[in-house]
Amino acid sequence: MRTRWQRFKQSYMLYNFLRDPVAITSFIILAFLVFTSFAAPIIAPHDPYDSSTIDIMDAQMAPAWIDGGSSEFLLGTDAQGRDMLSTMLYGMRVSILIGVGAVCLQAFIGIIVGLLSGYVRRLDNILMRFADVQLSFSTYMVAIFIGAIVQTMFGVAGYDRVAVPLLIVIIGLAEWPQYARTVRASVLAERKKEYVEAARVIGLSRIRIMLRHILPNTLSPVLVISTVQVANAIMSEAALSFLGLGMPITKPSLGSLITAGFEYIFSGSWWITIFPGILLVSLILVINLLGDWVRDFLNPKLYKG
Amino acid sequence: MFAFAVKRILQAIMVMLIISCIGFAIKHNFGDPVRDLVGQRVTPTERAEIRERLGLNDPFMVQYARFLGDAVQGDLGQSYFFKKPASEVILKKAPATLELVLCSAFIITFLSVPLGIYAAIKPQKWFSRFIMGSSIIGVSMPVFLTAILLIYVFAVELHWLPSYGRGKTVCIFGWWDSGLLTLDGLKHLIMPSIALSSIMLPLFIRLIRSEMMEVLESEYVKYAWAKGLKPRRVWWVHAFKNTLLPVITVGGVQLGIMVAFTILTETVFQWQGMGSMFIESVERSDTSLMVAYLVFVGLIFVLVNTAVDIIYGLVNPTIRVAGRK
Amino acid sequence: METLIDIKNLRVDFALRSGTVRAVRDVSLSINKGERLGIVGESGAGKSVLGFSIINLISKPGKITDGEIIFKGHDISKYSYDQMRKIRGNRISMIFQDPMMTLNPVLTIGTQMMETVLAHMDVSKKEAEKICLEKLTKVYIPSPEKRLSQYPHEFSGGMRQRIVIAISLLTSPNLIIADEPTTALDVTIQAEIMDLLLELCKTENMGLILITHDLAVVSEVTQRIAVLYAGKVVELGLSEQIINNPQHPYTQGLIQALPQMAGGKKRLNQIPGMMPSLLDMPKGCPFEPRCTICIERCKQEIPILKELESGTQVACFMRNGANKR
Repeated sequence: MRTRWQRFKQSYMLYNFLRDPVAITSFIILAFLVFTSFAAPIIAPHDPYDSSTIDIMDAQMAPAWIDGGSSEFLLGTDAQGRDMLSTMLYGMRVSILIGVGAVCLQAFIGIIVGLLSGYVRRLDNILMRFADVQLSFSTYMVAIFIGAIVQTMFGVAGYDRVAVPLLIVIIGLAEWPQYARTVRASVLAERKKEYVEAARVIGLSRIRIMLRHILPNTLSPVLVISTVQVANAIMSEAALSFLGLGMPITKPSLGSLITAGFEYIFSGSWWITIFPGILLVSLILVINLLGDWVRDFLNPKLYKG
Repeated sequence: MFAFAVKRILQAIMVMLIISCIGFAIKHNFGDPVRDLVGQRVTPTERAEIRERLGLNDPFMVQYARFLGDAVQGDLGQSYFFKKPASEVILKKAPATLELVLCSAFIITFLSVPLGIYAAIKPQKWFSRFIMGSSIIGVSMPVFLTAILLIYVFAVELHWLPSYGRGKTVCIFGWWDSGLLTLDGLKHLIMPSIALSSIMLPLFIRLIRSEMMEVLESEYVKYAWAKGLKPRRVWWVHAFKNTLLPVITVGGVQLGIMVAFTILTETVFQWQGMGSMFIESVERSDTSLMVAYLVFVGLIFVLVNTAVDIIYGLVNPTIRVAGRK
Repeated sequence: METLIDIKNLRVDFALRSGTVRAVRDVSLSINKGERLGIVGESGAGKSVLGFSIINLISKPGKITDGEIIFKGHDISKYSYDQMRKIRGNRISMIFQDPMMTLNPVLTIGTQMMETVLAHMDVSKKEAEKICLEKLTKVYIPSPEKRLSQYPHEFSGGMRQRIVIAISLLTSPNLIIADEPTTALDVTIQAEIMDLLLELCKTENMGLILITHDLAVVSEVTQRIAVLYAGKVVELGLSEQIINNPQHPYTQGLIQALPQMAGGKKRLNQIPGMMPSLLDMPKGCPFEPRCTICIERCKQEIPILKELESGTQVACFMRNGANKR
């Protein structure tokens, strides 16, 4: 009996992965970024959430290698005197958390809706029309609208405490149709196949066929879009934060850091915006590159249009 | 073809009904039309009187029908902040946004088609690799970050281009403020339209490339080679025409989505269009204006999508000649 | 008889990541003017690759790595792209397998016919149209004038294959390569198309290479047959000889496998085993693992094609006196 690990070691997936330098590099960078962001409380030199350690006198200090910089703050400080490096690490953690959380929610809603509309013909028309309307509206727009409504509804008070789960819900609600359409398309393709017919002939229940037979076969397209969707969700969060509908500056994500620094580039403090910007782009880029690799490797027929 | 067009238009109307219903539900639950009209300093009895007069105590469906009737006539309610009809405010801001979208669409179309096709027919050349490499970086750059970088480089450091606003505009047709006709206006337009196109351009290049590569693998393209046609003819007539069909469907929708990205671009460049107006209305809790924007943008999306579907039908002979099977 | 095309020791390799695959192994064939040759073999035997390699249109990463193709006194396998283009669809035309996929769905029949004429002949559009109509009449398409403006989807499969045949006739080529031209069609139409092809080859005095896995079809249409196995010609001779008196055990197996040979038995005959993977060829005769009459020598050496008294050439140690030491 071979263990799972041995099977994985001999698998074609790993072989293919190890032959692709771009995939390996992306994976290593991503692993590094995820690790540093979640280890932020341990490795970050300062705690940006602790207002007692922040001194406004340190505000807008340049990075260490430029005149006016201090070795205490490697990448300089932001307008409130927080250490850029630490704030960015904490911010990245918020971004990743929201991105992954939102994708889990999207996948959950999307897979259920996709399975239902692919397998229950009567629901198909209603559910897909709804998904189409939402998709044609662009996920950004929907997220911005929901964010806007939520903000007018609850006001700004106490917002920073609920911001993370709220953003997960907002982005999750905005982007589920992607999943629903992908899952539905592969369900439609799978249910025509003979093994489903066979399962029906044996007399298995519809729910069992759906969950045990069809669902596993739709997973590879789901995996492919998931990687890209995480990148998209992080981008959406950054966009919402940039518009002031996302994370507040007291508990910033990468997006809100960029926003907060924007007005200071005119006075020459470029690092407050540029550093989180570079970090955000690298994070999304490596996820996208990995996504490309996964797509090329699994190469499912993705639903277009 | 006719039946196809009618079906599409009916669908579009359905979608607009859904959108207006959502919009009205928002307004119904979160808006305060009395405040929109008369402000905060009114006694409760007067407020109740106004509510009754405006029919705000009627059942939901009655109010929705009234909203719909007004909307069809172009009345989308009163903006609390501007003290003007919301549709008037939007129409005043629309030209700025539309000019921006138009310029970006122009940039996207004229760059993505040749670049995407080149990357598809010569995938091994270093320039193709460069195109694909930079396109994935482009996809990973949030619009507002591109915009900020542009401002930092070309406005703050190099002082070549203005960093915000629309510059000098000229009024044409009596109401359309155009920045396209003055040098200053064009200068102001460069960076916002590049920023706005930066997100869609790589997507289009990748889309065109992958579709084109798929078509190049097809039997009919192989047959075209076997007929001894010139490469130009095979690429542009046989392959590109078939690439166009999926690109039109996906691409058209994407162009509609660009309106959503104008919110971000306009915020960065303080571009006085609908997008920045919308964000301001959110900050001011101007529900009527928000809903009006939702309905208006929804209308644009639906119009673009329907137009794209009909163009698709015109380009695709299987629909044009026989009707959809 | 004048030789039309002479293939000498042709070798086609596919450079895959998992290794180089030799799809065509030292094949030598020649066809006289107006002669019809059938190439028979099971799927994966390299029939289609051989057909496409004649006009140098092998899909990537396939390449002719050795051998010559002499056509009209020139080795066309060494031709540049432009020289080859003037042969394709002009002197040598192809008919593809599936007529549903061969014609470009977004171009009219007229466009797809005219472009071939205009690519190879120096004629006006009017004259080109005349040629198209003439050839459509030849393949018995009713009211050809109307057809030119129609799209492929308006035709049935059989009609489309007639149109493809008409396209291959346009420039009065010397040779037609038909790659399983009836496999994708209804059984009832298959005979019609074959008869048409046979009739046209006779009246126009064209050479024909008919690639198929159907021995029964070839025997009716072609004068000679080459049997291909794992990229090698294992038997070559007159059609009657091969059908009535097959020599190679593989050919014998193929003929035994024809449904009419099963007689009253319930099951059809079959050749046990599978063709070896081209990546992992046996050292000796490629058919040896499936052969019922093989000897020790078959495992060590590859038999070469030698002529028997009957005129049939066969590559088998057991049949071929010249191969005996």
